[in-house]
Amino acid sequence: MERQQPRFQRQGLTAIDAAISLTVILLMVQMWLLTTALEALLAGHRETALPAALISGFIFSACWVLFLFVDKIDTDVRQR
Amino acid sequence: MIFQRRPSSDPLWRDEFSVEAVEERYVTRRQFSKFLVLTSFGMLAGNLWILIRSLRHKPSVYPAIPVARLGEIPIGGVKQFRYPAPGDTCLMVRTGPDRYVAYSQKCTHLSCAVIYSQPNNRLECPCHDGYFSVDDGRVLQGPPPRPLPKVMLEQRGEELVAVGLDLNAEP
Repeated sequence: MERQQPRFQRQGLTAIDAAISLTVILLMVQMWLLTTALEALLAGHRETALPAALISGFIFSACWVLFLFVDKIDTDVRQR
Repeated sequence: MIFQRRPSSDPLWRDEFSVEAVEERYVTRRQFSKFLVLTSFGMLAGNLWILIRSLRHKPSVYPAIPVARLGEIPIGGVKQFRYPAPGDTCLMVRTGPDRYVAYSQKCTHLSCAVIYSQPNNRLECPCHDGYFSVDDGRVLQGPPPRPLPKVMLEQRGEELVAVGLDLNAEP
């Protein structure tokens, strides 16, 4: 019979999976932003570069915060 | 000195190959999120590079280069020339008695050379069937994301002179 995971461990894993899923969605948006900004630059529209870079920076910060969250939850679950 | 193996139920080869391939390939969630953050940083770096390129952009100065004499090509005829650099091939099409248009020959999709199709009166990229309007260079069909760069032509006496390149040929 398979050993059942403790409740806090299951909750931690769910939270980590949610954070990873959100990071993947943010990465897809960032990838789209990069290709769009590059297309615009090649077409001679330079005005899109600044907002694209700002939003990309914001998305990177969000990914970083999510990583810290995953790291914290992982450490907590392992320590308990 | 004599080396002796500790008593073990594992076969001898286990000592040499002690790491399971499956364990070696196993990626933890923490490692995976670290990889995702690094990917995000790479894309931010790309966006910053685009920003720096656009901020450091200087308006291009194009040379004036004679490309053809008036009446040199027949109506519906095509002439290939190089502009602005010797490696940049362009196509000039005479679409009417007094109307000439010229475009860069590089397809905006993957830089294949476009050709003029007289029966269809359009510029066609044979690589992925991208079609461009001969009137203004806009995309009619296919994967190209942008119009063809238009070569600005000026009539100087009996000569047609290329004087610039318009990246946004579409009106």
